[in-house]
Amino acid sequence: MSKQYKVIHCTINGKEVEQPVDVRASLTDMLRNDFRLTSVKKGCEVGECGACNVIIDGECYNSCLYLAVWADGKNIRTLEGLMGPDGELSDIQQAFIDEAAIQCGFCTPGFIMTAVEILESGKEYTDDELRKLLSGHLCRCTGYENILRAVKKTMLRRLGKA
Amino acid sequence: MSKSVGQSVKRVDAFEKATGRAKYTDDLCDRSALVVRLVHSTVAHGMVTAIDTREAEQVPGVVKILTCFDVPNIPFPTAGHPWSTDPHHQDVADRLLMNRHVRYYGDEVAAVVAENEVAAAQAARLVKVSYEEYPFVLDVQKAMEPGAPQIHEEYPGNILAHTQIRNGNYEEAIKEPGLIKVEGWYDTPTVQHCHIENHICTAYMEAGRITVTSSTQIPHIVRRVCGQALGIPWGKVRIIKPYIGGGFGNKQDALYEPLCAWITTQVGGRLVKIDCSREETFVSNRVRHAIRTHIISWVRPDGTFAARKIECFSNQGAYASHGHGVVAKGMGAFPQIYPCPNVEGDAWSVFTNKPAAGAMRGYGIPQAMWAGESHIDDVARALGREPMEYRYQIVMPKGYRDEFSKNENYYDTFRQVMDKGRAALDYDRKRQAYAGQTGPVRRGVGMALFWYNTAVWPISLESSSCRMVLNQDGSIQVQTGETEIGQGCDTAYAQMAADAVGIPFEDVHVVSTQDTDITPFGTGAYASRQTYIGGFSIRQTGQMLKERILTYAQELTRQMRSDLDVIDGKIVRITDGRELMTLGELATEALYSLEHSQHITAESTYQIKNNAYSFGCTFAEVEVDIPMCKVKLLNIVNVHDCGKLINPALAEAQVHGGMSMGIGYGLSEQLLFDEKTGRPLNNNLLDYKLSTFMDHPNLQALFVENPEPTNPYGTKALGEPPACSPAPAIRNAILNATGVAMNDAPMTPHALFARFKEEGLL
Ligand code: FES
Ligand code: FES
Repeated sequence: MSKQYKVIHCTINGKEVEQPVDVRASLTDMLRNDFRLTSVKKGCEVGECGACNVIIDGECYNSCLYLAVWADGKNIRTLEGLMGPDGELSDIQQAFIDEAAIQCGFCTPGFIMTAVEILESGKEYTDDELRKLLSGHLCRCTGYENILRAVKKTMLRRLGKA
Repeated sequence: MSKSVGQSVKRVDAFEKATGRAKYTDDLCDRSALVVRLVHSTVAHGMVTAIDTREAEQVPGVVKILTCFDVPNIPFPTAGHPWSTDPHHQDVADRLLMNRHVRYYGDEVAAVVAENEVAAAQAARLVKVSYEEYPFVLDVQKAMEPGAPQIHEEYPGNILAHTQIRNGNYEEAIKEPGLIKVEGWYDTPTVQHCHIENHICTAYMEAGRITVTSSTQIPHIVRRVCGQALGIPWGKVRIIKPYIGGGFGNKQDALYEPLCAWITTQVGGRLVKIDCSREETFVSNRVRHAIRTHIISWVRPDGTFAARKIECFSNQGAYASHGHGVVAKGMGAFPQIYPCPNVEGDAWSVFTNKPAAGAMRGYGIPQAMWAGESHIDDVARALGREPMEYRYQIVMPKGYRDEFSKNENYYDTFRQVMDKGRAALDYDRKRQAYAGQTGPVRRGVGMALFWYNTAVWPISLESSSCRMVLNQDGSIQVQTGETEIGQGCDTAYAQMAADAVGIPFEDVHVVSTQDTDITPFGTGAYASRQTYIGGFSIRQTGQMLKERILTYAQELTRQMRSDLDVIDGKIVRITDGRELMTLGELATEALYSLEHSQHITAESTYQIKNNAYSFGCTFAEVEVDIPMCKVKLLNIVNVHDCGKLINPALAEAQVHGGMSMGIGYGLSEQLLFDEKTGRPLNNNLLDYKLSTFMDHPNLQALFVENPEPTNPYGTKALGEPPACSPAPAIRNAILNATGVAMNDAPMTPHALFARFKEEGLL
């Protein structure tokens, strides 16, 4: 194998994988092209829009700015990994549907993964804090209003407050 | 009758989108695709004299490099308008697939086709382009001056078009004694749609035809434009439109589909992909027309208008695209919203060396409302009147009728939406409370109205076609040429179809993808036409399908056709309400019957010769920090009358999105260009400030539901309207807070600083 490629081992949505990657490729490219995880969207490829957001070892990253080779040994989660084994939606996915927080849907996967990070912190945030935590994502369709409602509702539910 | 329409059912595509399964253009593209990288002009105006591709061709993986010297010499139009069979009404055909005469910084001059993105990008950087540079002009009025650089030979003075309004006699009317003259110049910026999915398209050949998959709003129109651009019969082109990540008008143009279609023909029909970067999307797709407007109102002391004059200078950029239609629509709103017998209007669309301006949410109305609604506050101020109360006096009355469109204001909607908006914002109390503030931080409230014309009749064709196919289980597929672009029309269509046929919502399967080989003809998503226009053919086709179902039911049940109905997916004898059979039983029997087999389907076209005023307003409250030159938006409310709501939750969501865009328009968004080179300066999502999660307060969307009498479902435009009035409402709130009239959008801290200084606040 030429120097341009390197084999990496990582866990993607709970499954251990081994993959040769181009050392110049972004994690977005690897997830989309090699694993066909097409929930990982591309809106800018320079870290401005959040469409490519995934969770790496529990933390959100714009995968367009993250080299695929850095994923070696990491645990990566994408939207595809949120569904239950029998196709049940997670609460946050259902909340996005219920609150009409989805329009064109292109920003949705990235937003939901940040919401997952927020929810898994187990903390309760104010509206202003939620806005700030979600502000790494751009959405041109929703005005963010219903996204805020969906995340807040799910947060309060998980905390037993709604 | 109405069971599904009016309910906040969940979107039919929500599950796919919430799980990441919804496939967009790039998700559908096979990995074997060749990647195209475009080489863009690095001068704002000039002639390409030579292109040296030798070095670029050496890059491993490069398949072919095509340049502006290779393309067919066929000028073609790009606007997403219905084709006109009248040559005088056809769109301006002013560009080639790639142009030697480059007219803006970013024009395409060459295309590198390579096996992968890295090779394509590397080679694109190595393509050497030589230009003979020409002088260029960016400002719309400077482009009209004698001696300005000429951008298109066929358009002397750079004027693409000039239209007029001459109502009554302006010159005579202004002689009336005692009139107060109020005059202002109002300017709007170049902004971009910023849908999160950039424009992307792919193309390959099969059986001598070209198949293009594209992130477009207008598949059938793009098919025609590809045919025109390549000089091939239109039937040789097939366009597929899957889910798209927003459009807002940018994708209501043929963007790179014609070029992509041509490139595949140059590489033996192999699959090729043009995937715009964000930087390219900003500059080399389309932008919103920057329009500078001059208004003079001659007002009597009682507030009535004796005469009004409007001049609009619309920056068309380098190519005609949607052309004059945008500013013409904007100017056309002026004489109607505040009727006045004597109006003189002139609108010019002027070529400049900026990116081509095309359609964008609101199509000239956000610019027109920025100018017009700012001006009304200025008039109120000159008269010493409270601006909202003043609007109650002068706004379009109930019963007003426009003779050209035959639109009628059937209700007293303007006053109804104002009633609702002022109550929601607590406007009256705040207006009083904020009078006479003097400190460095001041609050203010303001409002603005808008009206927007649904769809494009009588300017252009309005028709919609629909196909319904009955399945064995009694469910149906519904297809239309109108496109889901995020706004939710697939869901609205499912609701309408369910009611038209008499079946449960769950039994309607809307085929979301348009494929010009399969989908009935329709012109696509624009002009806020989808729900209004689609409703006609869905109702008509639903009735046809139902008629066929009931005719078959008569045969099966031996009951008279007129005594039968389809209710909730059952064949019901209406004389006693008995359910005779399910629609599924009927459909199965019909399909497999050994006596009389019939596949029950219906398809029809409905041509619409109506349209409808859609109305609304924005109320805004701001806090202005004068020393910091910062505006904080505290509250904002939009009130709309878009007729009867098909799906209240989705309607509300759509209004939020439009408000967000309108807020950005007023406060932060602006595509900037280097005056010395014409180079775009902030064509990325970091430096171009569209509204983020942090930039607005909670968005409140309210409705007045006056059923639109011309539409079978009582509905009318909502897609674009929410973006029309937020910016001037914010402007008027800042005026209320500070006494400073901001006439140029966006009202950034820089702009506020300059004005506050001018007015002695700093
Ligand atoms: S695509 Fe990664 S942040 Fe935009
Ligand atoms: S739903 Fe379209 S960008 Fe967010």
